[in-house]
This record gives sequence, structure tokens and C-alpha cells, in this order.
Amino acid sequence: MGLETKPLSTLHEKASYEVADFEVPTGREEEWRFTPLRRLRGLHNGTAEANGKILVEVDAPGEVTVETVGRDDERLGRAYVPADRVSAQAWSAFTEAVVVTVPKETEVAAPVVIRRRGESVEGASYGHTTIVVERHARATVVLSHRGSATYADNVEFVVGDGASLSVISLQDWADDAVHVSHQHARLGRDARFVSHNISLGGDLVRISPSVAYTAPGGDAELYGVYFADGGQHLEHRLLVDHTGPHCRSRVDYRGALQDQDAHAVWIGDVIIRAEAEGTDTYELNRNLVLTDGTRVDSVPNLEILTGEVAGAGHASASGRLDDDHLFYLQARGIPADEAKRMVVRGFLGQLIERIEVEDVRVKVEEAIEAELAR
Amino acid sequence: MATLEIRDLHVSVGDGEETKEILRGVDLTVKAGETHAIMGPNGSGKSTLAYAIAGHPKYTITSGSVTLDGEDVLEMSVDERARAGLFLAMQYPVEVPGVSVSNFLRSAVTAVRGEAPKLREFSKEMKAAMDALSIDPAFAQRSLNEGFSGGEKKRHEILQLEMLKPKIAVLDETDSGLDVDALKVVSEGVNRFSGTGDTGVLLITHYTRILRYVKPDFVHVFAGGRVVAQGGPELAEELENEGYEKYVKAGV
Repeated sequence: MGLETKPLSTLHEKASYEVADFEVPTGREEEWRFTPLRRLRGLHNGTAEANGKILVEVDAPGEVTVETVGRDDERLGRAYVPADRVSAQAWSAFTEAVVVTVPKETEVAAPVVIRRRGESVEGASYGHTTIVVERHARATVVLSHRGSATYADNVEFVVGDGASLSVISLQDWADDAVHVSHQHARLGRDARFVSHNISLGGDLVRISPSVAYTAPGGDAELYGVYFADGGQHLEHRLLVDHTGPHCRSRVDYRGALQDQDAHAVWIGDVIIRAEAEGTDTYELNRNLVLTDGTRVDSVPNLEILTGEVAGAGHASASGRLDDDHLFYLQARGIPADEAKRMVVRGFLGQLIERIEVEDVRVKVEEAIEAELAR
Repeated sequence: MATLEIRDLHVSVGDGEETKEILRGVDLTVKAGETHAIMGPNGSGKSTLAYAIAGHPKYTITSGSVTLDGEDVLEMSVDERARAGLFLAMQYPVEVPGVSVSNFLRSAVTAVRGEAPKLREFSKEMKAAMDALSIDPAFAQRSLNEGFSGGEKKRHEILQLEMLKPKIAVLDETDSGLDVDALKVVSEGVNRFSGTGDTGVLLITHYTRILRYVKPDFVHVFAGGRVVAQGGPELAEELENEGYEKYVKAGV
């Protein structure tokens, strides 16, 4: 398949399965300018050798089919075409993919858990995951990432008509890991998709969640929580492409940063195309800066090509803890350090409490506590 | 018997050349069991006095002293003042997203009492205190002050006051923006804790309306950053009839 372009929008320029269709990034491109390329260990320029090792383990309820398939499986790459060079590299280089299928009209209460654990940062690993939730089915998927790795992958979520999928992607890597990932959801008629990206570990994590709608009534909610410590680069690049009428999207990403050279990047692109009348969208990014020496880049982009929208808005705010919040808590006897922790916990907790899988929620809460205790 | 003593207090806001002196020598003594009303026109420095006592970083004490039972309050951090027994009910309570009322109250009670109350006893105590102020128990799980009406915020200030049992409570225009029903509930709360005789109350208000429900022992009139007149409850009646006109002139 060759190069596809959608000339109407400037936010979503290219899509191709071929690595060669994308120039090697130099860092001057809009889509790469915030990413420290030399820390990508060659994932972006073809120098990374694909001899890394990542263990994959899947737990799934009985009604769900889990398969490990080769590159030639025709279900792969149907929903998503790589949108940048690293993504095309991952598509070209993976050897085995995980395919999870939730059969039509099946509602599974227990989550499907896909665990990936890296053993070393030496050598790159590439992955592919396709999750298919057939019509009127309902499921929850947890993607867990741990250990040390240099990893690039693509994840496709195919949510059928009237189906519902909730995904929690936990980037709980060791301090030296590099992870570049595209997570693309394709929604059918009246489909519902909820995603939580929790990025806590890793040296460099760059996640690009995107959503496309194939029919009216699709509803996507994308949440993210991240906590960047000294030297960490945590980047989230969202794209919601409203290509059809009467769909809804909500984006709410919140992060905290502390210590020297902690860097968070949030890009929130929303396109409402000419045919997407009746779209209802809102995106929000907020960052709490806890110490000096950190850096936040937060860029919301909303491109509206029709006059007939139900609602469209965005907001971005990054700043220090509010003195008035701290004063109020301290004026009730709560010591300054604890007051600070309460405010951060509350700020991130409003998203964490939406995570429906209890043991994941508790784990995230504990991880935030550990960050705050540093 | 707790005593708050304020001596020749001078307070400024701003820094460098933009400094503006707001309090220009305030003297005041409040003892446990007493209720003092501080009245005065807008801009006379009433709220500045409240925030300076609580230790808000925006205000700079340029001279004078504030002591609680002989301890130097001005040397203490904001939270140390609260733990020493000072309480400020704020005119505009701050909304803190994601921090629930019950979690906040438990943290505050733990800090002020020096030990964590048993969960069951704490829940019971909180529920009883909420009932007394006609606060819907569902508020315990809501984010602190977020989406609360003006009246609900003020009731929650009094709720905190009743649970923290301070030695000296400063109420900064707790009555403003309240309808008559809310005013009565809030006033009953104030009378409940001042009636124990363990708490001194400094009631800052612009209007005389609340003084129909809360009887002050002393009334101080504030103008131009200092106390320009003092008296008993009869002074409040005079203000009700004649307004602040003559004091505004005297304070300048």
C-alpha cells in the first residue's frame, strides 16, 4: 500500500506501511521537535538492531480468544496505517503479533491483561497488538509494560458497532527503558472507547493515542496521568479525527513534574472534518510543576472544517501549586509537605478514580504515593 | 484561659516600592469566652487583620506583635498557628479539586489533635457535626468546596471550626452572601462553640445583621487601618442607625 494523504487537514499528514515513505527525522519536524532523538537508540533511523527481548504474557477470561500470530495474518494492520517513521519501523520489523478477539455480544467482566516485560535495553524490540471487540461485545484490556527495553510498537483497537472497550495502558518501565508506541482505535457505529494512559517509568516514553470513527454515534474518552521525575521525557500525542457526523470525544491528560530536566510533552490534535457535523469534543491538559528545573510543552490544536458542531473546545494550563490551596490546607493545621501531597493526589486522583479495574487503580495510587515520597 | 493579644500591629502588602501599609497600629485583646465584633467599611483593613493573624504570605508584618497565651504567633508557620489553636473562617473558601471533604477534615483533625482519630469515631463525629449545620451527608465525599454554593461553603467553614475546636476563632465576613436561613444556621453554630466558654471569637463583619443572632461582648470600629472606636453592643446599634460616615472621616 502506498502513501495516503488527506490534504484538507494539516494535523494528520501521512500514513504508510513503508519505512522509506518517511524521512529520517532530524528534530526540526513539527512531530519530532520535542523528542530528544539521540535518546531513541536508533529506533527512528534504522540503526537499532532488532535483537532485543521482551516477554509477553496474556491472561484472558475463557470467552476471549487470544492468539499469537505471524506477520502474514490478514487481521493485522487493517485498522491502522503507521503515521510516522518509528511506527512504520515497528510495523516492518515485528515478528509475532498478539491478536485478542472478544466475540460478538460477549460481555466479559474480568479484564484481559497483556503483560510485557523487557529484560535489557540492549537491542531493540518491535511489537504489534490487535484487539478486536466485535459488535455489542464489552471488554476491558490492561496493557502492562515493565522492565528494561528499547521498544517500539503499534496497538490497534477495533471496536465494533454498539461495542464497548475500556483500555488501561500502564507504562511502568524501569528507569532506562525507551518506549515509542502508537495506539489507534477505530470505532464503529455507537461504539464506546475509554482509554487510560498511565506513564510513570522509563527514560523516554512517547505514546501516540489516536481515534477514528467509521460511523455516527462513536464515543471516545481518552484519559492520561503521568508523573515525570528528573531526566525523564514523557510525551503523549493525541489525535482524534472526526471524519463523520454525531460522534463525541473527550480528552483529559494531567501530569506532575519534579526535579531537574523532567520533561512532559502533550500534543492534543482534534480534527473536525467538513462531513463531521454535530461533533461534540473537548480536550484538556493540565500540568503541576512541583520543583524548579522541569519543562512542559503543551500544545492543543483544534481544526474545525464545518460550521455545524455541537461543541468544540480545548484548554491547557501548566503551573505551580496554587498558593491559596496550600494556605487553606495549612490554615487547618496540615503541614506544608502533606498539604502539597494532598493537592497533587487530588489533582491526579480525579482521573485515577475513573479506572474501573480495582487492582490496577490501587497500584497506580501506590505508584503516585511513591513518586510523592521521593 | 486562652488569650490572643495584638499590639501595635502594622501590616503592608506588596514589595519594594509598591508597598502599601494597610494596618496602622492595631491593638486588641481577645480572651476565651468573649465575642468581639470588628466592624468597618470596605477597605478599612478588617480582612487584612484576619489574614495577617493566620499568616497568609501576601501580607508583611512591619512592626508590632501577636501572641497566643504568650507565644509569639508571628514566628509560627501557617500550619503551626492552626495547631496552636488559631482558626480563620474565610470569606472566600478555596476549592480544592479531588480532595474530599472527609479526607480533608480527617487530615486537619489529625494534625490539630496530634493523633489520628479512630475511623468509626471520626465518622460519627463528622456526621453529628454535619447534622447540626443541616449539611447533607453526601457532601463528605465531594471535592472540598468545589461547586458549593456560597452558603454551603460558609457552613463548611463552621463545620471545620466545630471539629477543630480552636482557642481563638477569627470569622472573616462569614455572614456576607448568606440568606436569612443560612445566617441563622451559621449563627447557631457560632453560639454553640462560643457558648462552651473555651473559645474566643473575633467576628469580622460589614453588616450589623449577624449581630441580631450572635451577641458580641465588645464592638470595635475599624477605619483607615486602626481601631477608631470601641464599646459594647450599643455601638453596633448606633452603626445600624448612623452608618460608618463619621468614622471614615476620623480614620483618614
